[in-house]
Amino acid sequence: MHIDLRTITITPLRQTFGHLARRMGADKPASRYFEATMDLQPVENFHYRPTWDPAYEIFDKTRTCITMQDWYALKDPRQYYYGPWTLARGRMQETAEADFDLVEEMGLAQAYAAEGRALVNEVFVPLRHAAWASNINNSFIGSYSYGIAMSQAATFASMDQLGVAQYLTRLGLAFDGTESLAAAKDAWLQHPRWQELRRYVEDVMVLKDWFEVFIAQNVALEGLLYPLFFERLNERLNATHGPVLSLLTRFQREWFTESSKWVDAVIKSAAADNPGNKAQLSTWLREWRDRAVTALDPVVARAFGNDGPAQLGEAVAQFNARFTKAGLAP
Amino acid sequence: MTTAPPKKLSLKERYTLMTRDLAWDTTYQPMSKVYPQVGYEGIKIHDWNRWEDPFRLTMDAYWKYQAEKERKLYAILDAFNQNNGHLTVTDARYINVLKLYLGSTPPLELMAARGFTNMGRQMVGAGPRVACLMQAVDEYRHFQTQIHSVSNYNKYYNGLDEFAHQQSRMWYLSDGKSFFDDAITAGPFEFMVAIGFAFEYVLTNILFVPFISGAAYNGDLAAMTVGFSAQSDEARHMTLGLECIKFLLEQDPDNLPIVQRWIDKWTWRGTRKLGAVGMMMDYMLPKRIMSFKEAWEIYFEQNGSALFNDLARYGIKVPACFSQTVVEKEHVSHQSWIGFYMKSRAMSFHTWVPGPEELDWLSEKYPNTFDRFYRPTLEHWDKMEKQGKRFVNNTQPMNCQCCLNTIKYNEPDDPMSTCFRESVYKGEKFHFCSDHCKAIFDHEPEKYVQAYISSHQALQGNCAPEGVDVTANDFDPARYMNDFWRLDPRATGDFNGSDDQKNFAAWRAQATTN
Repeated sequence: MHIDLRTITITPLRQTFGHLARRMGADKPASRYFEATMDLQPVENFHYRPTWDPAYEIFDKTRTCITMQDWYALKDPRQYYYGPWTLARGRMQETAEADFDLVEEMGLAQAYAAEGRALVNEVFVPLRHAAWASNINNSFIGSYSYGIAMSQAATFASMDQLGVAQYLTRLGLAFDGTESLAAAKDAWLQHPRWQELRRYVEDVMVLKDWFEVFIAQNVALEGLLYPLFFERLNERLNATHGPVLSLLTRFQREWFTESSKWVDAVIKSAAADNPGNKAQLSTWLREWRDRAVTALDPVVARAFGNDGPAQLGEAVAQFNARFTKAGLAP
Repeated sequence: MTTAPPKKLSLKERYTLMTRDLAWDTTYQPMSKVYPQVGYEGIKIHDWNRWEDPFRLTMDAYWKYQAEKERKLYAILDAFNQNNGHLTVTDARYINVLKLYLGSTPPLELMAARGFTNMGRQMVGAGPRVACLMQAVDEYRHFQTQIHSVSNYNKYYNGLDEFAHQQSRMWYLSDGKSFFDDAITAGPFEFMVAIGFAFEYVLTNILFVPFISGAAYNGDLAAMTVGFSAQSDEARHMTLGLECIKFLLEQDPDNLPIVQRWIDKWTWRGTRKLGAVGMMMDYMLPKRIMSFKEAWEIYFEQNGSALFNDLARYGIKVPACFSQTVVEKEHVSHQSWIGFYMKSRAMSFHTWVPGPEELDWLSEKYPNTFDRFYRPTLEHWDKMEKQGKRFVNNTQPMNCQCCLNTIKYNEPDDPMSTCFRESVYKGEKFHFCSDHCKAIFDHEPEKYVQAYISSHQALQGNCAPEGVDVTANDFDPARYMNDFWRLDPRATGDFNGSDDQKNFAAWRAQATTN
């Protein structure tokens, strides 16, 4: 049954802000994502050039060689402005908290079989440093990209990766306390297994083109790393030792699925804008994918043993399919 | 086989593992290339590990607290909008505060977000990196919640709809823009002192009082809730700013003169930015909280002195401008309002002469200055308006090359004369509103000559549409300004007789009578 609740109706003079009406082509109500994002970054009449880089304006389209007719075409399909982003992460952390509590309460990490535990310590825990690198590299995109659609999403991704690094730290703590973390850091700095990956992320830290950073970090590296370890290796460990690890890495998996929607949408829009973009993005994609394969190969070998090459091959095939669909030529 | 559970860690140990233990010194790329900005200002940092984390917040806790706050905030905004909350404000004049607020504040929050993201990229230490990044996302929050809280007003009142366009073009918004453009184009440590310390720590209360307490006093539940919800974020930001100053000063004695110069500069730049804030408190809020003078005494003179006393052990002195601000607190809000009143055709908010009771309130609050210097002008204008000759000044103003304000403030020792200063740089003359602005320019002239000054641009023909012959003898720069600004004529002029005034009265009657 319909209940007819009434409020006093006053006819508005306008439905939305001028810049949004022009963007939408009509004066109609705009979403809060639009209100919080579109056409708000200053584009003109900057007072001073950066003393730390006077070749550029404060906000400068030429900080990447990618060009866009409309930088706000790089929309986030999740429609994340601060509110929904933090609400979504708030829900995810609640689940993670319950998962970590459960594992601790039941002593599940301590009961985990030695060979599984070794893999957790030697493969998953060092990845906390890779996540830290992603935090740094995404803060670069947040600092130099053009348009709020891109800069806010990258800044949120940067915080997400700090969260991932911290959940991986908690994973290590849950399994083997501070020793796990110390050993992982030592491996990250010294062990041959990790040096190609460390070289990769450090090389990304000195790139100047923020869109290339996006490809190297969020597309190539994470596009292979997450499916390989947080999906494939996780499944393998679950099959042998039960779903404990799944509980403790749920955040990363959910994050990757969700974040991929954003990454794919950015690639799709940029590639569709002009053929030059498509060619440049494809070149970067191939180059950084091949480097990522080299970087991950020793870790894959430890994770999957003899099955490593097959797992890596499948992951690369899936990766290529994903970005072919997004409009690139992998 | 079961191993013993790991031992419990203290909060500090745990936080260290969650942040700085994640970081490492790069070796495949040199640190100087990974963090290219930290060296060039002359600041010396010997040990980033000496940074004391002012708040030990991990991302899980951050998301938990922030999500709770966000849920409540948007529930209140929705309820306020649904029930025509805009009609509950004290008086439609109040909405003009929101117009100035929307044009001046969210755009600056965005610059803070961008600036702190860059700090989060450039700082070498993991402790300050993480704190800066949290502040960066907080600033996105403030930028966006402020827009959302005012968005519903835009549907009913004029002058709010083009803030995004006007932020980089409107003459009276250029002081705030130049403030943040200056900070973000400075090096990372100067940005931290400018925004983290001078703005967030020293001056933030004076901003909160007119906006947030002003909203609370005047029935604006939406803006009030945004402000209250931002309070715990601001507390974190203030702690970060103070920690940063202490860290810089503890690292090396050579940092002291650099930091002192930044404190002098940014306290003054902040003070100049607050002239318009004073005017909101004294003239624009129908229900006043306290006078600007009183706020200045509590939040700057008393609290600021206590802070600078605390920093004296590092060798920091009270900012050079301190005594001038004490003299000016009795003048700036009046001079600002008078300045804006005259320009009412070139602004997207309304001005008015205060009512008799309001003039009496000002006389009482400003016994040394108001009756002598300002009341006669306002009463004269009131008479003119009643005769149908509302006073308007259509000339182009002269602007300060440093702070971008129109030059309208008095000589510090003589209220009856305007303060003009000038410097010559590369054969060209530049004008200033004060000794402090001139000193800032003289230290870095190559930076401040770049300032975008709206009146100059108009006179040079840069605001006219393409195709107009700006060299023609009869070129009239004023003719094109409304289009350049996208200024809705309904948003300009006196409040008396405005559409806002009529609509608010009609809608309130509709909502409260049968």
